[in-house]
Amino acid sequence: MADVNRGNRPLSPHLQVYRPQLTSITSILTRITGNALLVAALMTVWWFLAAATSEEYFQFANGFVTSWFGDLVMFLSVWALWYHTLAGIRHLIWDNAMMLEIDRAEMLGWLVVIGSGLLTIFTVIVV
Amino acid sequence: MAYLTDRKRAVGRGASKTGTGHFWAMKKSSVALLLLIPFFVFTFGSALGGTYEEILAYYSRPWPALIAALTILVGFHHFNMGVQVLIEDYVHGLASKIAILLMTCLSYGAAAVGIFAIAKLAL
Repeated sequence: MADVNRGNRPLSPHLQVYRPQLTSITSILTRITGNALLVAALMTVWWFLAAATSEEYFQFANGFVTSWFGDLVMFLSVWALWYHTLAGIRHLIWDNAMMLEIDRAEMLGWLVVIGSGLLTIFTVIVV
Repeated sequence: MAYLTDRKRAVGRGASKTGTGHFWAMKKSSVALLLLIPFFVFTFGSALGGTYEEILAYYSRPWPALIAALTILVGFHHFNMGVQVLIEDYVHGLASKIAILLMTCLSYGAAAVGIFAIAKLAL
């Protein structure tokens, strides 16, 4: 009968058989930063809700968001946001079958890493 | 019992049957966010740290309010599609379906709360 083993097929080995490379690490970081940004997004929504509710609630939420812990989360999230944005641009380029040669793909990887750092510093200075 | 042969199931649709719609939706929202995110970072960033009165005044202006509302809407839509792929890669079976349902509720729930709050601030 056709395909008796649906959904329970053996998986081929993946991550554990590869040496870490710039392209794989930057790809994994894209996923981590994108999903981790949920924390800052929920904090931002909470901050807006508090501002729309009352002054007391705003002081409470704003105090948390601008505390050292809130600042740390926001600082890391700014980096995550720029990293994910630059990595997204890289994917939009790759989608056109451009810059896929190993040396050019690695150059894009370094641009994402260095660019996100510079944009983070720029954001902290300007904002 | 599946009566279709393997060949019949595969012909014309590819192994996964779906996916281009998801890919295209992800691409559209990513280009939208490429425009929205810089505006949002520098409007929200300059507002953050202000007093209650300053925040009320700032977000009753149309431009910062519209940027924030659009970024929250498109951002959570983009997040929901992204986290769905994450879940599908690492969680399987019923747990996968439940996780996708919960993250969808969280994404659109948070987006609704955010847009409601911004509308209340702006009006």
